[in-house]
Amino acid sequence: MSDSNIIPKWLSVGVIPLMNLFLAFCVSGLFIFFIGENPFRAIFVMIKGAFYYPGAIGYTLYYTTNFIFTGLAVALAFHARLFNIGGEGQAYVGGLGVGLVCLIFDQHVVGFLVTILAILGSVIFGAIWGIIPGYLQAKRGSHIVITTIMFNFIAAALMVYLLVNVIIEPGQMSPETRDFASDVGLVQIHILAKYLGLEMAMSPLNLSFIVALTVSVGFWFLVWRTKFGYEVRSLGHSETAAIYAGIKVSSTIIIVMAISGGLAGLVAINELLGVHNKLLLGFTAGYGFTGIAVALMGRNHPVGIFLASLLFGALYQGGTELDFEFSSITREMVLLIQGLIILFSGALAYMLNPLVERIYLKYYGNYNNA
Amino acid sequence: MLESFQIIISLLDSTIRIATPLIFCAMAGIFSERSGIIDIGLEGKMLLSAFVAATATFVTGSPIFGLFAAILASCSASLIHGFACITNKGDQVISGLAINILASGLTITLGIALFSRGGQTPPLASEQRFMPIDFPFLDQLSFVPVFGELFVEVISGHNILVYLSVLAVFFTYYIIFKTRFGLRLRAVGEKPEAVDTAGISVIKMRYQSILIAGMLCGLAGAYLSIAHGAGFGREMSAGKGYIALAAMIFGKWNPIPTLFACLLFGFLEALGVRLEGVELIWIGEVPVQVMQALPYVLTVVLLAGFIGKARAPGAIGVPYSKEG
Repeated sequence: MSDSNIIPKWLSVGVIPLMNLFLAFCVSGLFIFFIGENPFRAIFVMIKGAFYYPGAIGYTLYYTTNFIFTGLAVALAFHARLFNIGGEGQAYVGGLGVGLVCLIFDQHVVGFLVTILAILGSVIFGAIWGIIPGYLQAKRGSHIVITTIMFNFIAAALMVYLLVNVIIEPGQMSPETRDFASDVGLVQIHILAKYLGLEMAMSPLNLSFIVALTVSVGFWFLVWRTKFGYEVRSLGHSETAAIYAGIKVSSTIIIVMAISGGLAGLVAINELLGVHNKLLLGFTAGYGFTGIAVALMGRNHPVGIFLASLLFGALYQGGTELDFEFSSITREMVLLIQGLIILFSGALAYMLNPLVERIYLKYYGNYNNA
Repeated sequence: MLESFQIIISLLDSTIRIATPLIFCAMAGIFSERSGIIDIGLEGKMLLSAFVAATATFVTGSPIFGLFAAILASCSASLIHGFACITNKGDQVISGLAINILASGLTITLGIALFSRGGQTPPLASEQRFMPIDFPFLDQLSFVPVFGELFVEVISGHNILVYLSVLAVFFTYYIIFKTRFGLRLRAVGEKPEAVDTAGISVIKMRYQSILIAGMLCGLAGAYLSIAHGAGFGREMSAGKGYIALAAMIFGKWNPIPTLFACLLFGFLEALGVRLEGVELIWIGEVPVQVMQALPYVLTVVLLAGFIGKARAPGAIGVPYSKEG
């Protein structure tokens, strides 16, 4: 898979992805039409749900935060031509890191410090869940796609076991831990705004969003401005070339998967430290898989990933509005749209290339070069 | 003694019930992957066809019609997969993932729109399903010790699709290893250039393989919703497609070992359910999650080369283009 070298970059990076996205939305619209609803009204309802109501933008950005983390996680692995499908499991295990740190320390250590440690915990636990498949790929030749899929299921089983049998709050029926101490956690933006004398509608948006933006900048720096980033991208372009260039392939793979897992693990800080204030079952809710769509749409670049995350954040938040406005379409519609986006922006990403190339050459083509 | 024999009998019985969709899907995976196309989308195809089977059966009242509709739906998903990664040379993993997510969203959305039951289809009456078949001479055989019981409880009394799944294994074995088509199919998965040089279309071979895979996944889906179950429930495939994928790898892309891997994974699940809340001597209670995770752990261990080596077909995951 590679971009065409016939057409200029603004077409291949700008126009074609937008056309793919447009196609995905057209097909989604067709489905809504067949169900018997008006697709334009659905879009209108979703936009209103995502941006218009008080607090809606906060909710949208809160979802966006999750997708930035998982999108970056998938994207980093993509740069090394590794397909990390394990974001879901890595985020889940990252939650275990947060949970353990908080449950162990929050009665004894000052909240601020516990929060910092919990963030580290999410990264380290997520990283561990990425390192193992990375190691198995690098040293034992197991296919990373298969191992990360398997690790998602292993993570799910592990977390259910721990939450039901070990770290559940005693005397509690639903599988979740006790609440973390009230001074632990990432403050929500609307509360922060109140301190500053501003009035903001309530939403789960919290400081994790700032973390996500910072991490995005760090991601850009790491991939395009450091030696390590260069090695990652070389490995992604050609493993043989990377070996000849003296790049240690297996350690690069393992480090990439560690960082990738750590990034996915950060979902836990948004969900657990920012919103739920405890560790609970299934808090990852598919965000890890959405990260794949986000990375594909965002072309593995932090700016693209931010925009794609924003789109998915709006889809998720706007999707909940569908439940209220329609009887026959629900928020699961978003899952369908997501599948179509992965299909058109991912699997069929280069379907339009020949067509666009032909049109481009017809009008601007210099046949001597072509 | 008698009681433990009863337990073993009922364990084997549920093993077969659990393993059936795994067997269909794993055989589908073998057809697809042996031809060089990664098939992560087993899960989605099974889910989609389960929904279509239940819907078509509910509408027409005939499970036969439901079965064919399921196969048709699953094959269309295969064609999307083929269009993306054979014709357009897209990434096979991404395409498979898209199919899984698409199937998940589509079945719930359509289910709610059609039946307003939160994503479920209306329950099917027993004459609308594939019901258990009792073999002849059951009464006479039930008096034979051990074997009689085994025959009555484990071998007999399943629905037609269960027996069909066993046939599917031999069918897969025969086609892949004993026919010219199978030879070409394997060659396409290992060295497509060689097949191309021999004047055989790689594209056509791969499309044929994934269509067979589609049919088999359709059978798996139909089993879930109109044979084993009596209607469709949201996310009813519940990761079985991935377990089938694991079983296929565990069986090293060979039909007969894969059959045993499916039976093993089925047995583990049956055992897990059986052991829930039971204190074992020396071990204590085995958490059901351990049993659930075991197929995945075993597959990871196998893939890592700690128990034998699983080698995927040579050209797997690589789109074929003539220019090389």
